[in-house]
Amino acid sequence: MNYKRPKADVVIIGLGWSGSTMAEELTRAGLNVVAIERGAWRDTTTSFPTTRNPDELSGSVRKDILQAPVTETYTVRNKANQTALPLRKFNNLTLGNNVGGAGTHWAGASWRWQAFDHQPYTRVMERYGAKQLVDGLILQDWGVTYDDLEPFYDRFEKIAGTSGTAGVINGAKQPGGNPFEGSRTSLYPTPALERTRANLLFSEAATRLGYHPFPVPSAMIGAPYTNALGLNLAPCTYCGYCQLYGCGNWSKSSPNICILPVLMQRPNFTVVTESEVIRINTTPDKKMATGVTFVDSNGNIGEQPADIVITATFTLDNTRLLLLSGISMPYDFASGQGVVGRGFTFQTLSWGFMFFENEYLNPFMNTGALATQIDDFNGDNFDHTGMGFIGGAGIQSLCNQGLPIGMAGLVPEGSPQWGKGWKQAFQKGYQNYAQIQGQGTNFAHREQFLDLDPTYKDRFGQPLLRITFDYNENDRRSGRFVRDKCVEIAREMGARQVWGDSFPDRPYSGYRLWDSSHVQGGVVMGEDPKTSVQNRYQQNWDIPNLFVIGASSFPNNAGYNPTIVVGATTLWTAKAIRDLYLRNPGPLVRV
Amino acid sequence: MKRRDIIKGGLMLMATSTLASIYKPACSKTFVGGSGLWKAEPPPPLMVVDSSRLVYLTEAEAKLVGAVFDVLIPHDELGIGATEAGCVTFLDHQLAGPYGAAAKDYRLGPVVEGLPQQGPQSIATPAELYRTGLVELRHAAQAKFGKSFLDLSEDQKIDFMKGIETGDIPFETLKSNEFFSMLLQNVREGYLADPMYGGNRDMTGWKLIGFPGAIYDYRDWMVSQRGKKIDVEPVSLLSRA
Ligand SMILES: Cc1cc2nc3c(=O)[nH]c(=O)nc-3n(C[C@H](O)[C@H](O)[C@H](O)COP(=O)(O)OP(=O)(O)OC[C@H]3O[C@@H](n4cnc5c(N)ncnc54)[C@H](O)[C@@H]3O)c2cc1C
Ligand code: SF4
Repeated sequence: MNYKRPKADVVIIGLGWSGSTMAEELTRAGLNVVAIERGAWRDTTTSFPTTRNPDELSGSVRKDILQAPVTETYTVRNKANQTALPLRKFNNLTLGNNVGGAGTHWAGASWRWQAFDHQPYTRVMERYGAKQLVDGLILQDWGVTYDDLEPFYDRFEKIAGTSGTAGVINGAKQPGGNPFEGSRTSLYPTPALERTRANLLFSEAATRLGYHPFPVPSAMIGAPYTNALGLNLAPCTYCGYCQLYGCGNWSKSSPNICILPVLMQRPNFTVVTESEVIRINTTPDKKMATGVTFVDSNGNIGEQPADIVITATFTLDNTRLLLLSGISMPYDFASGQGVVGRGFTFQTLSWGFMFFENEYLNPFMNTGALATQIDDFNGDNFDHTGMGFIGGAGIQSLCNQGLPIGMAGLVPEGSPQWGKGWKQAFQKGYQNYAQIQGQGTNFAHREQFLDLDPTYKDRFGQPLLRITFDYNENDRRSGRFVRDKCVEIAREMGARQVWGDSFPDRPYSGYRLWDSSHVQGGVVMGEDPKTSVQNRYQQNWDIPNLFVIGASSFPNNAGYNPTIVVGATTLWTAKAIRDLYLRNPGPLVRV
Repeated sequence: MKRRDIIKGGLMLMATSTLASIYKPACSKTFVGGSGLWKAEPPPPLMVVDSSRLVYLTEAEAKLVGAVFDVLIPHDELGIGATEAGCVTFLDHQLAGPYGAAAKDYRLGPVVEGLPQQGPQSIATPAELYRTGLVELRHAAQAKFGKSFLDLSEDQKIDFMKGIETGDIPFETLKSNEFFSMLLQNVREGYLADPMYGGNRDMTGWKLIGFPGAIYDYRDWMVSQRGKKIDVEPVSLLSRA
C-alpha cells in the first residue's frame, strides 16, 4: 500500500553522525523533523551488551552489523574505458546500515583538519604556484576556512567527548600535543588514553629522528564526561572489539550514545526506520524540493513531504540520490562539464610493517584509534618545493587490531601460512607484529568520479552508483615518499624485519587488506556553481531548500579521517539554516 | 549503574507533535520522540552449536574436509589439530547458515569475469563451492596418486595441498587456488573463533598465541603489564551465557 505521511518542516535522509547532529540542532530550534533511515534502530544497552559484543566472528569477520552488498553495493573500475563490476562481497567500504550509521562501528580517530586542507588551492598557489600540480589534478577551496569552523569543531568535540592532548591553544604551542594542529580555543574534552608498548617505541624513535609525536585524538572517551547535550559517557576500557563493532561501554563517541538519547525525548522528532529513500522529490521546474519518496521494509512506497530536505546518507549515497533524482548537472567525464559526481576522492595509504624478535606487544589491548602520530609530513607542514607533489600523510603507530582471526595471516615474511610452520610463526608473530600507517591525502582529479552504472541495478531496480577511481600521479609520488618515512621510523624502532608498501603502486581495489573506508566528494561545496554542487553552507546552488551534508561536500581529502569535519560542517550548516535560512528562505549565497 | 543512567532531565519539550497523525507501517518502525518506545531488537542469543550431528556436510565430505583441515592446522607439540578442535563442526554449521548461502552478497547479474582488482564475481555460494570443490579435490588426488586423499602419507598430503594452494594442481569447474583460500580462511575461523561456534575447543587457538578472549576491560593492565607477558586463562562468551 502506498501512503503519504503528514508534512514535516524538515526531512532528514539517514540517521548517522550528520543526520542526528542536524536533527538535534533543528529540533532544538523548534522545527518538526522526520528522519528516514534504511537500517534498524540500535541502542547501546540492547544491541551491544558486553556479554555478547566480544565476538570476532560476528563482528569483524562476518560483519553482521554493516550495510550488506545485497542491500546496496557499488560498481568499480579504475579507468573510464573499463567496464565497472559490482563489489559482490563485503569490501573495504564497510558502511553503516542502522540508526547511528557508520558512527556506531567507526574506528574513532577524531581529527580537526588543518587550515591548508580547507583552502588547498589558495595555499598551494601562494607557496608553489600551478607548476606544483600534476596533470588533471583539481584543487579548490571549500568556501569555508578553519577559522570559520573552529567554534563548530569545538562544539562537536564537546558532543563527542573527544580525547586528546592539545598541541596549540590560542596560538601557543603546548607540550605533548601536535605542534602543527590548527589553533584551538579549548582543551580536548577528555584526556588522551594510555599508550601501548608499540606506541612508545614509535614515539621514542620519532623523537630521535627529530619528529614530533603526539597521541591521536580519538572517540575513545578518556575520562568520565558529561557531554554538551548532558549525556554521560564512560571511560574506554581498551577492549579491542572496537572498529567494526558497536561499543557496549558507552565509551566510543557515536550518535547512539552522544545524541540519540536526547533526540528521542523530543516530541517534535520522529524517525522512520527500515525504510530506504529512493528519490528526492522536486517541483517540476526543479527550483524547490518537496520531500522524499521511500520504500519501507514491507515494500510499501511512502512519501514524506517537507519544507526542507536534508540528505545525510554519506558520500556515495548522497551522490547517488542526487543523480537518481535528476538534481543539478551530473559530471560528464568526456567534456569535463557538470558537477554531481565530480571531485570524488579516496585515501592514499602507505605502510611500514615490522616484526620484532622478543616483544610482548599484547596487541589485544587496543582501541579503534589507539595511535601515536607525527604530522611533520602531513598537509603542507613541510616544504614541497621540487618534490613534484602536494600533500602527504599523518604517519602513525596504529594499535587497532589484536583479534586472532584477523591476525592469523600476519607472520614474518618467509614463514608458511599453514601447517606446523604456521603455528610456530603465528605464535611468535602475534606478540611481535607492529605497523606504521601513513594515512595520506588524495586530491580530486578529472579521472576520479561517480556516476550511475549503465548495467547493474539494486534490489528495487534502480541503477547502482559507479565508482571510477585510480590513484593519480600525485598519490604515487606522495605515497612512496611517505612509505619511505614509515620504513625509516620502523627501522629506528629496532624491529628485526621491516618492509614497506605504497598502495598507489598498484591499481585501486575495493578489497585490499588494510585499506581505508574513507570516500569523499561528489556533492562538493565551494565558491563557484560551475565547480561545486552547493555553496559554502552546503546549500544546493539550484534548489535552496536542499542541503546535502557529510563528507560528500569535501572537495579534497586530507591526511586524516573525516568525521569531526563532518560534524563541524553539519553544525555550521545547521546554524546557517537556523539563523539565516529560516528568517529568509532562499539562496544564502548569491553569485 | 551510573553509566547506564544517561538521560539527564530538564529538556525543553517542543510544541508541535506529530504523534497523533502517524501512519504506522507494519514492519519498518516509526519512533516518535518522548514516547519511550524506542527499543532495539536484541542480538541473537548465545547458543552453542550441536556437534553431535552434521547439518550440511555429508559424512564423506566431513571426513575429507577434516583430513584437509588437519594438514592446514595439524596436531603437534603446540596443541591439538583442526579436527580435534572442532573445525569441521564449525564449518558444517557455517555452511548451513547465512554465510553458506552467501545471504549478504550482491548476486544480481550479469556475471562477468573482471580484472583481479575488481574482486570475485562468481555468485556461487560457499555451500555450493564446498560441495563441488571437495569432489574436485577427491578426483585430483585420485588422478595424481591413484588413491584417496585420506590414504596419502603426511608428506604427500602436504605436497598435494601446496599444489592446490598455487593452482598448479587445477580443478575443472572452479579455481583450485581460490578454493584453497576459502579452506584456509574457514579453518582459521574455526580454530580461532569463540568456542560457541563449534571450534576452538578448550580455547586451544587462543592459548596458542596468548589471546585472552572475550575480556572487555584491560584498564588494569594497560600500564602495569605493558610489554610484559600476561599469563591468563582465556574467557569464552560461553562462560558468560
Ligand atoms: C570501518 C570504518 C571506520 C572508520 N573510522 C573512522 C575514524 O577512525 N575516524 C573518522 O573520522 N572517521 C572514520 N570513519 C568514517 C565515519 O564513519 C564517517 O565519516 C561517518 O560515519 C559519516 O557520518 P554520516 O552521518 O555522514 O554517514 P553514515 O554514518 O554513513 O550514515 C549514513 C546513514 O544513512 C543511511 N542511509 C544511506 N542511504 C540511505 C537511503 N537511501 N535512505 C535512508 N537511509 C539511508 C545509512 O543506513 C546510514 O545509517 C570510518 C568509517 C568506517 C566505515
Ligand atoms: S576499545 Fe574502548 S571505545 Fe572501543 S569498543 Fe572497547 S571500550 Fe568501547
